Amino acid sequence: MFAVRFHGRGGQGVVTAAELLAAAAFREDRYAQAFPSFGSERMGAPVMSFCRIDDKPIRTREPVTEPDALLIQDPTLLHQADLFDGLTADGYVLVNSAKGAVAPDQPRYRAIPASRLAIAHLGRPLPGAPMLGGLAALTGVVSLDAVVAALNERFTGKVAAGNVAAAIAAYELIAEVSTNA
Amino acid sequence: MLKQIEGSRAVAEAVAASRPQVICAYPITPQTHIVEALGAMVKKGELNAAFLNVESEFAAMSAVIGAAATGARAYTATASQGLLYMSEAVYNAAGLGLPIVMTVANRAIGAPINIWNDHSDAMSQRDAGWIQLYAETNQEAADLHVQAFKLAEQLSNPVMVCMDGFLLTHASERVDVPEQDQVDVFLPSYEPRQVLDPDDPVSIGAMVGPEAFTEVRFLAHERMRQALDLIPDVAADFRQWFGRDSGGLVKPYRTDDAELVVVALGSVLGTVKDAVDELRAEGIRVGALGITTFRPFPVQAVRAALDGDHRLRRVVVLERALAPGSGGIVTADLRAALTHETVNGTIIDTVVTGLGGRPVTKKSLRQLLGRAVLGDLPEFSFLDLNTGLVEAELARMRATRRSGPSAENLLRDLG
Amino acid sequence: MSYERIKFYQTGSFAAGNRLLPEDLRSVQSSDTRANTLTCGHRACQGCGEALGARYALDAVMRATKGKLIAVNATGCLEVFSTPFPETSWQIAWLHSLFGNAPAVASGVAAALKAMGRPHIRVVAQGGDGGTVDIGMGCLSGLFERGDDVLYICYDNQAYMNTGVQRSGATPPAARTATTPAVGSEPGNTFGQGKNVPLIAMAHEIPYVATATVADLRDLEYKATRAMDFHGARYLHILVPCPLGWGSKPGDTIKVARLATESGLFPVFEAEAGQVVSAAPIRHQVPVTDYLRLQARYAHLFHPQERTEVIARLQAAADRNIARFGLRRRQTKEDHPERPLLPLAATDHTPGER
Repeated sequence: MFAVRFHGRGGQGVVTAAELLAAAAFREDRYAQAFPSFGSERMGAPVMSFCRIDDKPIRTREPVTEPDALLIQDPTLLHQADLFDGLTADGYVLVNSAKGAVAPDQPRYRAIPASRLAIAHLGRPLPGAPMLGGLAALTGVVSLDAVVAALNERFTGKVAAGNVAAAIAAYELIAEVSTNA
Repeated sequence: MLKQIEGSRAVAEAVAASRPQVICAYPITPQTHIVEALGAMVKKGELNAAFLNVESEFAAMSAVIGAAATGARAYTATASQGLLYMSEAVYNAAGLGLPIVMTVANRAIGAPINIWNDHSDAMSQRDAGWIQLYAETNQEAADLHVQAFKLAEQLSNPVMVCMDGFLLTHASERVDVPEQDQVDVFLPSYEPRQVLDPDDPVSIGAMVGPEAFTEVRFLAHERMRQALDLIPDVAADFRQWFGRDSGGLVKPYRTDDAELVVVALGSVLGTVKDAVDELRAEGIRVGALGITTFRPFPVQAVRAALDGDHRLRRVVVLERALAPGSGGIVTADLRAALTHETVNGTIIDTVVTGLGGRPVTKKSLRQLLGRAVLGDLPEFSFLDLNTGLVEAELARMRATRRSGPSAENLLRDLG
Repeated sequence: MSYERIKFYQTGSFAAGNRLLPEDLRSVQSSDTRANTLTCGHRACQGCGEALGARYALDAVMRATKGKLIAVNATGCLEVFSTPFPETSWQIAWLHSLFGNAPAVASGVAAALKAMGRPHIRVVAQGGDGGTVDIGMGCLSGLFERGDDVLYICYDNQAYMNTGVQRSGATPPAARTATTPAVGSEPGNTFGQGKNVPLIAMAHEIPYVATATVADLRDLEYKATRAMDFHGARYLHILVPCPLGWGSKPGDTIKVARLATESGLFPVFEAEAGQVVSAAPIRHQVPVTDYLRLQARYAHLFHPQERTEVIARLQAAADRNIARFGLRRRQTKEDHPERPLLPLAATDHTPGER
């Protein structure tokens, strides 16, 4: 089982990102469960969402307390004390930041300018798709193809195309860094 | 069709496939996505039904009462405060014997206001005369709605399908959503037992005095008794047409040689099963008993699962609601159901868990069950209670009369 | 063979039926094929205004709909006296659910009929003032707001009669009820703001709103019939004296209702889409005391001494109604083409006229 925890702020598409990851896993014939940390819907408030992926049915319902990967869609959350709680020893961290790697000496910690990629390809700072592209490259838990397919299923027209382009761009960023490292 | 889909959406599609003719609801978290999805289907012409946006939950249940009495298949959904607000009409629907199907997206009841999941809402209506079914997964939630219409119409009794708010309604998971052609075969059109028809008029809703009221109530109880036979039949029918197990009265999990059985309702069973498997791997003979049908209470099925096995030492009942001043609700029904011998020979412990949406974790459950196996569990306890927090408030209340609102004090202490 | 001399009135609104009139102008009650919707055998009190009003209103609606009608009834006197278990005096498809939900239940019935492809079957919801004005107000407003195809009929006897004459939002000021007893320095109901449901209904701008009383049964029949010309939400408010609760003689029910209109206390009018289109003129205005004296619920206004200031306030309210609705002369829509017929200034009142 691979468990991902998404951190962001209300309005950044944190819930959608978790659902898209689940949709990508579904496309690869895997079981997936995605759900938000539930609360009243308010823009700007810190929110979490979760996604579990497994090859057998997922029965547990508790929040992800021991994530294998953390996706941090808003770098202003980095100062939050409990953000990294429970991260497994060889867990991955992907941060939406233009400022370079969070911890450059940690090969499993990466930063990508997801919002910038989103603005460039989609015209709006919605970092979900590029973050998923980056996650695919970083962890391999889903393939880029599956992410793209999930995006095309969820969105249409220019929005789909933009999200797909941003996801691919993010994937390539991580992939080339890994190749170069 | 197999989909990765949000629970609410899966339920909406299953309900739509059941061809309701009148849908009438009032929004309340966390049921909103279900009704919105249905509303969109109606508006787009995908579902041929009258969709009524009403001014309160009381109006919603009232409108489906009118619709069902007129011979239409009627559906509504609510939760928590909304269920309470329509309570008078909930009892009325059952008393009139109308086959309404309602989703209750289980949510805590205030005060204090709380939008998260527990079972206090549906439990508050357990004596209203509705059949109450609890879904363990979103698959089951979708399937139970289809079964519910069939049950309700055959019995002329309303059915409440309970699904945990947020945990199921807002979770996206793999669901084989019942399709129109499958449901059409399984669910015939509604043939009312009583109907408002100008060409064959009847009066429905008479006042009944002491001379016949007891008999009317006896018949309500009798309908529930018939449900105990019908529910497994409908589940078997469902299995035949849809190829999977869904619904039924109870679901035993590894109870055969268990020395400890955890009894629970709803989605917490998923986490419970994970804990059970881990403990089993460590050699501890633990099992779980899911109660899918809570009303009528499946006495015989529960006995069959728990009675007579002398290896069974302990039962731990996980309660997702609290009866203040009394304790456990499911526990009370369970005790009444078990034979004298089993009750005396078996320790039954009640644990109140996950009130107001507090997550029930596998870790906590493992600790709990570990203590239970060692006989170290009190007869009645709360899981993960923050004793420091309550002690502080109790001390505050002892110290001064004007101690202020408790809820706010606790929140302030929590920081 | 003994015989009795009978006075015979030619046509006019007070005749039950007359062979000289065209059939559609005769009272529904004069027809031997009338529906008898609320048939005999019910347990209403002697002189019950509600039983009379309900029979006339529903038989008229049944004629208008050719018998294709479903009725939803709120809890109350009408529901209780019409369905004493195991009997029913309803000859139509009839549903009683709860006290406060008749409008919502009716909305559901209408929705079902539409969904089932049977829109030619019409729906009536009915209740007393309690179930309409108070506990049913939320559902009533919802019905109006959605414009569901339901005619709602309120039988207003101005208190919760079925439960023992307790005060409702429709209880007039100064009236004695069990919860506004005639004791203390201000006996009877207080002078509040009141709750004029016909005006509330008009504020929703529903297609048709009308008031009527059991004093003019032909007018009541006409309005019930007229209401069925429209689709959407419609509202009919009927004043129905209750001898028991009002403390009037059972034989005075129609007379008391007439005095209510002739004094101005109960204006009789019709409105369409929020505009008054007709108002029944008062032939001879009577002082409110003529009306009050016939009812024991106002006895404390006269004994042990006359409470002139209270009576004056009631008279002022009656006068205000007359001015507001222009009841001194026959009004038509042409009189008020663009504005609602509710002048706030007393400009329509001819001073000195009485």
